[in-house]
Amino acid sequence: MIAELGHYALVLALALALIQSISPVLGAHKGDVALMKLADSTALAQFGFVALSFAALTACYVMSDFSVANVFENSHTQMPLIYKFTSVWGNHEGSMLLWVLILSLFGALVAAFGANLPATLKANVLAVQSWIAAAFYLFILFTSNPFRRLAEVPVEGRDLNPILQDFGLAVHPPMLYLGYVGFSIAFSFAVAALIEGRIDAAWARWVRPWTLLAWMCLTVGIAMGSYWAYYELGWGGWWFWDPVENASLMPWLAGTALLHSAVVMEKRNALKVWTILLAILTFSLSLIGTFLVRSGVLTSVHTFSNDPARGLFILIILMVFIGGSLALFAWRAPLLKQGGLFAPISRESALVFNNLFLATACATVFVGTLYPLVLEALTGDKISVGAPFFNLTFGPLFVPLLIAVPFGQLLAWKRGDLYGVAQRLLAACAVAMVGLAATFAFEGTQAVFAPFGIGLALFVMAGAVTDITERTDLRSLSLATIGRRAAGMPRSAWGTAVAHFALGITLLGIVCASTWGSERIVALKPSQTVSISGYDLSFDGMVRRDGSNYRETAAHFTVRKAGSVIGVMEPSKRTFPSRDGMSTTEAALLTRGVSQLYLSLGDNNADGSIAVRLYHKPLVLLIWLGALVMALGGALSLSDRRLRIGAPKPAARILAQPAE
Amino acid sequence: MACTVRFLLVLLALISATPLHAVQVDEILPDPVLEARARAISHDLRCMVCQNQSIDDSEAPLARDLRLLVRERLKAGDSDTEVVDFMVARYGEFVLLKPRVSWHTAILWGAPLAILIAGLFAIGFSVLRRSSGSPLPEVAKLSEGERLKLDAIEQSQQGL
Repeated sequence: MIAELGHYALVLALALALIQSISPVLGAHKGDVALMKLADSTALAQFGFVALSFAALTACYVMSDFSVANVFENSHTQMPLIYKFTSVWGNHEGSMLLWVLILSLFGALVAAFGANLPATLKANVLAVQSWIAAAFYLFILFTSNPFRRLAEVPVEGRDLNPILQDFGLAVHPPMLYLGYVGFSIAFSFAVAALIEGRIDAAWARWVRPWTLLAWMCLTVGIAMGSYWAYYELGWGGWWFWDPVENASLMPWLAGTALLHSAVVMEKRNALKVWTILLAILTFSLSLIGTFLVRSGVLTSVHTFSNDPARGLFILIILMVFIGGSLALFAWRAPLLKQGGLFAPISRESALVFNNLFLATACATVFVGTLYPLVLEALTGDKISVGAPFFNLTFGPLFVPLLIAVPFGQLLAWKRGDLYGVAQRLLAACAVAMVGLAATFAFEGTQAVFAPFGIGLALFVMAGAVTDITERTDLRSLSLATIGRRAAGMPRSAWGTAVAHFALGITLLGIVCASTWGSERIVALKPSQTVSISGYDLSFDGMVRRDGSNYRETAAHFTVRKAGSVIGVMEPSKRTFPSRDGMSTTEAALLTRGVSQLYLSLGDNNADGSIAVRLYHKPLVLLIWLGALVMALGGALSLSDRRLRIGAPKPAARILAQPAE
Repeated sequence: MACTVRFLLVLLALISATPLHAVQVDEILPDPVLEARARAISHDLRCMVCQNQSIDDSEAPLARDLRLLVRERLKAGDSDTEVVDFMVARYGEFVLLKPRVSWHTAILWGAPLAILIAGLFAIGFSVLRRSSGSPLPEVAKLSEGERLKLDAIEQSQQGL
């Protein structure tokens, strides 16, 4: 009964979406307020029904209702409760339901908090949102119904894929989808602006918070996914340039570019056409990401679906939305007036530079990811494009971008003084040089890139600090002045500095972990010891224990540093009887500051020894910490009163906002 | 000469006691230089039955066979390129994670630079087009009402 309720709610949501696809557009065209207002109610109701549908599926999982095919295939009575919740989106059908849940949530948010939007713009935005929603409801109902019943009810479920039974996975897909789907708002605003043929700085101000929110979620989602792969897949890498990872990186790169170009549009009323195009491309890349992961074009742990009918359906959605929006862009964009002139050396130009390199990096990932597919389809030649290609092409594109970051932050709008900025960055430069020289002295010519990597990371971080110290007038040495200026500084300025500082943190982690990481692969018998980077790990013996739905063999290690015990590590292997004895390797991590020891089990040998893989990863946690701080920067910027959605602002106050 | 032999023997003893840098313990080559070369080569070879994994990372049986094969060729005295050529001859270009530059990968390898240059041209073009047109749109003068309003705002600003 609950399953049917969920199914029915989804059909109702589709019906509402179809109404919302047409009525607001008609209303905006005819100037009929009632028709336009209708979209507000339907958007809220749509969200209500999808939420109901999602709750119904969740209930089926929690109650282990194996008469529902989806629950039977992905759940087990013995599975811990938390994973019964997360299995809802640990499979194709459920994850698509999560996708539309988030889509309808964003639609409802625009309806609820978009009171300050012009009526026609809001109506058109909600209509475009509804076109996307309708397409995905149809996709779910026709090809991926999560509520399908089984004629004969099985006694026990088949359990969730063991490598997905993990807390990281509980958080990773929802964050990623919040990012992907959040960009749909920017897309809807862009298409609505093209339909109206009118766009101004206010448009950018409305779009920016939504883009920021989506970007933050995507940043956290990617970081979570990377950390999950790091500890769960068991070979200690944190980024593999896997097509599925690239699918999430492309919208992130485009979204980052969009954030920056929207600033130019908001402050200076320039780059309008480009910003519109970026908004379209960012969401298109999110759709392509969904297609790549969902269609079974690529096969990996992420791809739960391997049905060509689904692939074809998503491909049609893709062509209609991407082709349609780009055609609309080609037709209407020339109508948009350009404004806001700026000199070649200015904040605007720096942001154009940022966009050029981010867009090129994004295109490089795009070409690298799809090239093997296209080449095979066209010529039948099979080639692989893997990590070495991306490291060689993506890396060099990011270097000039990172060098430019501190400059862009300090350059003035309209007409900047590059020489002056360089002088202001002397201190940052000095910090970078000291770091570079120290690394070089320490390492010699062993690692060629490390000194430059460290120098660059320090430059970016020191540049962000310079921005803050200058704005707070730190040299005035009057605490009152500093405090007043720090408090008076727009939060978005803080956000920029924090996010840029975080870029340096991540880079520092990447450089250190990949340059000074060490690895040991050995076979050990009980009571033997293995040493790495000053740590001694002694193997005490094997422990067997039973988990709720698995059996586990763990190896107990005592970790010592300079003779004193600092902890224990228990890497293990889990076998899941419910999945025909499928097994997973659970690595053990020992965190020291922001560095980690990583221990993972290999095979048991005939002579009673076990193979272990041990890594020391110095400063590795900085990689993900940087991503989190980056998202924090986004949150600070989002809390800027200028962007607060719907907050009434007295006219004098708006003008009193510093032009940053 | 005798000194070198003794040094190598000591090294060998050290290595067998604490095996260094091997993917699985029994795969290790006794010569650390050769083993390091094997690791470097394995990093860029794809495990064909896996999704985007190098044979160095993969736990698949095929990857192990390939790793052993790489080490065998190295022991036989092949240079790095000869090993890679051997693998390509046997398994096709699919085995390379870094595709070779050739006519059918020209677009792939050329794309980043081509896109960057195209972007630069697009920016240059739009700058030129704009500067050749009228530099600034006609700005309408403020009306008397607007001027009064502006004065009021400026005064209220000074009060802040």
